[in-house]
Amino acid sequence: MAPPTGAALRDVFGWTLADLADRDPRILVLDGDVGSSTGVGPFEAAHPDRFLQMGVTEQNMLGVAAGLATLGFVPFISAFACFSVARALDSIRVLIAQPGLDVKITGGYSGLLTGMTGKTHQIFNDVAIMRSLANVTVLAPADEAETRQAITTVAATPGPAYLQITRDPAGSLFGPDYVFELGKGVLVREGPDVTLVSTGTQTIRTLEAAGRLAAHGIEATVLHLPTIKPLDADALTRASAATGLVITVEEHTIIGGLGGAVAEVLSERHPVPLRRLGIRDTYGESGPNDKLLDKYRLSAAAVAADVAAIMAQRPDRRPARAARLDGHDPRDRGTRSPASPDGHARLATGAQTRKTGGL
Amino acid sequence: MTGGSSLTDLEATARRARREIVKAIAHAKGGHLGGPLSAADILTALYFDVLSIRPDEPRWPDRDRFILSKGHSSIALYVVMALRGYFPIEEVATFDAIDSRLQGHPDMTVLPGLDMSTGSLGLGFAAGVGIAMGARLARRHFTTYVMVGDGECNEGVIWEGAHVAERYGLDNLVVIVDQNGLQQFGWAGQDPTRDPGRRRPPYAGTQLSDRWAAFGWAVTETDGHDIAAVISALRSARVARGRPSVVIARTVKGKGVSFMEGDYRWHSRVPTPDELAAALAELGDPVLIPEGA
Repeated sequence: MAPPTGAALRDVFGWTLADLADRDPRILVLDGDVGSSTGVGPFEAAHPDRFLQMGVTEQNMLGVAAGLATLGFVPFISAFACFSVARALDSIRVLIAQPGLDVKITGGYSGLLTGMTGKTHQIFNDVAIMRSLANVTVLAPADEAETRQAITTVAATPGPAYLQITRDPAGSLFGPDYVFELGKGVLVREGPDVTLVSTGTQTIRTLEAAGRLAAHGIEATVLHLPTIKPLDADALTRASAATGLVITVEEHTIIGGLGGAVAEVLSERHPVPLRRLGIRDTYGESGPNDKLLDKYRLSAAAVAADVAAIMAQRPDRRPARAARLDGHDPRDRGTRSPASPDGHARLATGAQTRKTGGL
Repeated sequence: MTGGSSLTDLEATARRARREIVKAIAHAKGGHLGGPLSAADILTALYFDVLSIRPDEPRWPDRDRFILSKGHSSIALYVVMALRGYFPIEEVATFDAIDSRLQGHPDMTVLPGLDMSTGSLGLGFAAGVGIAMGARLARRHFTTYVMVGDGECNEGVIWEGAHVAERYGLDNLVVIVDQNGLQQFGWAGQDPTRDPGRRRPPYAGTQLSDRWAAFGWAVTETDGHDIAAVISALRSARVARGRPSVVIARTVKGKGVSFMEGDYRWHSRVPTPDELAAALAELGDPVLIPEGA
């Protein structure tokens, strides 16, 4: 069973678990009455006895998962991130994280793009919360190939894990040869001018932004960190040292998420100038994805413009051909940057290949 | 009674447990008293009769599971487990001390024999629902027992779990409500000036058993200080078919020490040396009773 290439991560979630459960009898899915949205229908169809409908009882559901884990089962939670993390946080903290029980918590509909639900269903601090819990591994895979392997890896790795799963198709980053490694960063682009650090599906847009920047003379390194905890401090330090300027980009609040984690590591291991792009201490709203990404400065065009603006403020960093991509201040969320086809063309070639090691 | 324990033996065990509980709280200078004393007879019935357990093999896969969801009554659980042979009774003196296995609330990561870490009210029950569900999935035949407080039944997660357990017909799940009629502070009593220790019970004016019955559970009520009655109720609950069972055990907060009984202020108060001596005298500590008396 497999979804079509470029599938939404939520569909990858359901198909992957159904496949895994064929050969791993420990795997269960607990659904908080959102299975039609989180993509677990194929699992229910394939393994009806191991699909446990919990109704709208998130606090109970996470507790039930903990109880199941004490008997050797590996429960995966099907819920929206806002409910699995925020509503059921105490169940996670006391029953899963503190005892270190083998429950895999997924945050479906993570981030900004939640199907026009508005701020109640958009949680921007799920990573900040989950990575502050001891014993919990935190993952934000970018695309189908990585999501499939991330799910497979956490299923085989004892202990609590939190996995962001986005709602809508966001494109592909990796080819069929990609190998996901827990706790390892992936250098998806190399360039001498600035290091962009990103995670989750945002990395796809960040890489596209790097393509746009290249057309304007800024060659960026892009480091993708699909494991936010434990963070790949070595890869981060290497990538940061190579350019001397780091900009994090995340579909999450800049407080305590990827940007926070990167700031913590670099300030102790390799202090370099750092800027964080992402949701700026605010809540979301309803709207179509493209409008949301532009307004909250997470589209490829917005990221490219904001990176260029940051670099324009640093004459020592500005390559000879660099120019601002638009006339807007990066802190102004209410504007949209002009589109450039360059980044799209670059991403569409699929030329990005996984590399490891230093620059 | 199984294990050769007579009812008289069990009553003596519960009495000893109460003495150890009061001493431990006085020694630790912290912890809870009212709830542990209300639960002591039920815990004795469970650990010395009802539960199928092996104290020398705490991780025996087919053991009955027990979760003290009202985790703040941990000292009662520790004392009864020690008396049952899980660890030496002397270890109770480490309760609440740094690096102790006997944490203020039960911690399964440090003390073998605990089937879940608890302390945040309502959550132990949710985990118990999961264990009962897992036992069914794994085709294992042990019973999962969960003790909750009546104050704890304020928690919404209790009713989330009650709904789901009924939905799955978990007849391998038995809940005991230690209904001592008081919570930490609760609602003011009728006459706070004349009777400052009294507060209104968590479910004043309503029947807690009706609420569980409305959720589809098999409900029985019992005197939670009559050990034979508790054992009988728990045995009956275990053979209920097709739905989960709850035993509402009517208890007295602070049971066994006259000046603690029914007084909410003893929820987590530490006795003075004089109060400790008076309590132990009431509980018949032989150390404090002169020889020949």
